[in-house]
Amino acid sequence: MDVCYHCGNDCEDNSLKIEQKYFCCNGCKTVFEILHQSELNCYYDFEKTPGSIPNDIKEKYGYLDHEEIIGKLTSFSDDTTSVVQLYIPTIHCSSCIWILENLHKLNDGIVTSTVNFPDKTVRFTYKNKAITLREVVELMSSIGYEPYISLDDTEGTKNKVDKTLIYQVSVAAFVFGNVMLLSFPEYFEVDEYWLNQYKYVFRGIMLVMSIPVVFFSARDYFVSAYKGITHRILNIDIPIALGIGVLFVRSVVEVAFDIGSGFFDSLTGLVFFLLLGKFFQKKTYNYLSFERDYKSYFPIAVTKINEDGEESIPLQNIKKRDRLLIRNEELIPVDCILISGNASIDYSFVTGEAVPVVKESGAKLFAGGKQTSGAIEIEVVETIAQSYLTQLWSNDVFAKKTTKSIKNLTDTISKYFTIAILSIATIAGIYWSFIDVRIAVNVVTAVLIIACPCALALSAPFALGNILRIFGLRKFYVKNADTVEHLAKIDAIVFDKTGTLTSTNNSKITYIGTELTADEQVILKCLLRASNHPLSRALYQYLPVDYKKLEVHNFEEVLGKGVAATVGEVSVKFGAATFVGADKARTNNTVIYIQLNGVVKGYYELRNEYRENVPLVFKALAKEYTLVVLSGDNDGEQVYLEKILPKGTQLIFNQKPEDKLNFIKRMQSDKRVLMIGDGLNDAGALMQSNVGISISEDINVFSPACDIIMDAKLFQKLPDYLRYAKKTVLIIKMSFGLSFSYNLVGMYFALTGQLTPVIAAILMPLSSITIVIFVTLCTNLLTKK
Amino acid sequence: MEVIYITIGVSILVAVLFFAAFLKSLKSGQYEDTYTPSVRMLFDDELVKPTKNTKTNNKQ
Repeated sequence: MDVCYHCGNDCEDNSLKIEQKYFCCNGCKTVFEILHQSELNCYYDFEKTPGSIPNDIKEKYGYLDHEEIIGKLTSFSDDTTSVVQLYIPTIHCSSCIWILENLHKLNDGIVTSTVNFPDKTVRFTYKNKAITLREVVELMSSIGYEPYISLDDTEGTKNKVDKTLIYQVSVAAFVFGNVMLLSFPEYFEVDEYWLNQYKYVFRGIMLVMSIPVVFFSARDYFVSAYKGITHRILNIDIPIALGIGVLFVRSVVEVAFDIGSGFFDSLTGLVFFLLLGKFFQKKTYNYLSFERDYKSYFPIAVTKINEDGEESIPLQNIKKRDRLLIRNEELIPVDCILISGNASIDYSFVTGEAVPVVKESGAKLFAGGKQTSGAIEIEVVETIAQSYLTQLWSNDVFAKKTTKSIKNLTDTISKYFTIAILSIATIAGIYWSFIDVRIAVNVVTAVLIIACPCALALSAPFALGNILRIFGLRKFYVKNADTVEHLAKIDAIVFDKTGTLTSTNNSKITYIGTELTADEQVILKCLLRASNHPLSRALYQYLPVDYKKLEVHNFEEVLGKGVAATVGEVSVKFGAATFVGADKARTNNTVIYIQLNGVVKGYYELRNEYRENVPLVFKALAKEYTLVVLSGDNDGEQVYLEKILPKGTQLIFNQKPEDKLNFIKRMQSDKRVLMIGDGLNDAGALMQSNVGISISEDINVFSPACDIIMDAKLFQKLPDYLRYAKKTVLIIKMSFGLSFSYNLVGMYFALTGQLTPVIAAILMPLSSITIVIFVTLCTNLLTKK
Repeated sequence: MEVIYITIGVSILVAVLFFAAFLKSLKSGQYEDTYTPSVRMLFDDELVKPTKNTKTNNKQ
């Protein structure tokens, strides 16, 4: 069997070929033809099989003809040119970059297109007289790069990356380097004519250079310390701000009154290292979004059926009793009633259940489902904000903006630390003031300088930043450093069932009924191939016989019902119970009934398969954590789950999205809860939990708002990741011990009045660097095994 | 030794110039996408490949 020249999938037969190149489907072949005609064959030279199968879109982007919507999507537009930035999930290799940047060869209307690979976006500049936005999008879709446009794109401003921290670090780095050089001559304390004459220039320059470091780079520490004091919280920034302030004032005084050279080197170095830690901790995955709500899933517009025809209207304008047309592969945006058409709704975004549900007209359909077989007509029951799924977002959990602040480790320690140094400084000040007031001032400032918890403040950022990076390499994408600390404190884990414990890709198929002969299976396989329904495709893959082309008559596929045809002498019908005339089987799973020559033979049952390692993972976790399985489905699987999961695992079924959220809330009265889910129905629970992990088969596509996005293939690693988080916190605690010992040494020099700029300049970077090395080495070693 | 004022002045001036250049590049967004340009620069040659060549290659 050959692989498709375009997308790399297996070709089921070799019927589609051009010049020795085989294709798996007409879609791939068409893309090749389009590119071949425009002399863009190089696309296939950079990478082998770079393409993806284009989706059938037809009228899907009709709403892009709307001026209002175009205005919201484009970032710039005048009479002749428009600029638009589109997110394209399928970008994955250098061929993608090449073809997308050469789109002007396919259509003259496109002036330039620039790819941002890490963000998976393309910025188009196009002549809006020659080509419309809709045509641009359709052109992209036709070559397999369908952009992803959602309701989210039209609302609010895009959050710009805040570059202030980068500016602050670079200013501090620049000044630190220069001040180091300028202060170097004075380290040797030689009484030399040359040095004595010019040292004032050196000191003056250092002073001037330090000003932006204190007032710009270190600004946030003063702000945060002030906030801490007003809120009566002794955070780590108070001793830091105190240290920086005292360093600066004492240095200025020393230089102004010609007492000494000041501590500008230590000051700038301190700020630089501190900011570096902050920078390191701020690992971001700009191609992932941790803040998605239903808006990112929903389309921008829908087709409304008026008496005098169809029109596409923005989603916000949907009113009750409106008639809407939902085309194949479109998402149902509101709760509604099916009027006509064959509804086969895929609720995988919502529940994780991959097999579509067939509905009869008059049935209620819920928002979030995707229609999978032809167009349907619906009547709106609830507006978008009031729908069953979307009203979850009106819950209080979503109102408060990420204030899951359990105090972090550094803040807890800094409380005692701040009290300790303030009392040491006071006692030392009182003691020395009996001897000499000048020395007393000296000692108090020296204590505050040396106690400035640089190393302390660096341990957590570097340890967490490094573990975040390691997690990222292993496809476990953590939102921020605090999440790792929260993860270490978890003592209960709640799992969603469908889509989380089960895999959406594989379903287990079993046959129940009179055994089918091999010939009968061949006939079935032949017919299944002609049907495009996802269930047919799954069954086609499963049947253990080879495909053979047979003579087929009277082939008829009733959307959402099944297939009827005659093959040779045999008349075949398969599909839903009513269509075939079978008694409904007593099962909660999806079934395909088979009827041959008017006799119902039996049915194929499709069951979601549990991920391979579920029992192992549960067994590993059961020792340390309370485990709960929280499912929106009925209890049909209870017996099986009880068999494979360790004793003591709670199994709770029939949970609505709201129930899941409340369950977590109740549990949190005495436990810290980790929720693992996948669909939009888990969004509330993920938000409410202390840490929410969203598990995803394809991390680029869908995941509700959460703290961690995890690749579903690595589900079995979960116990390891939790262990890493715990060990990282241990490492941070160890490095705190180390940094305290540095403080003790420094304190000796400070209290005895011996702190000179040289000692400060050695001790400060030494402690910082050893801490950084220590935590980085430890976290790397930890995850090595 | 008054020349030290000039040398220090010049050295700091050069340093500040480079620093300003860095800030400017940061502001213009040079560091926002550090991957794509590395791939893009390798493309230029392929653009001018004549059609006939590609076809004969394919037939081999």
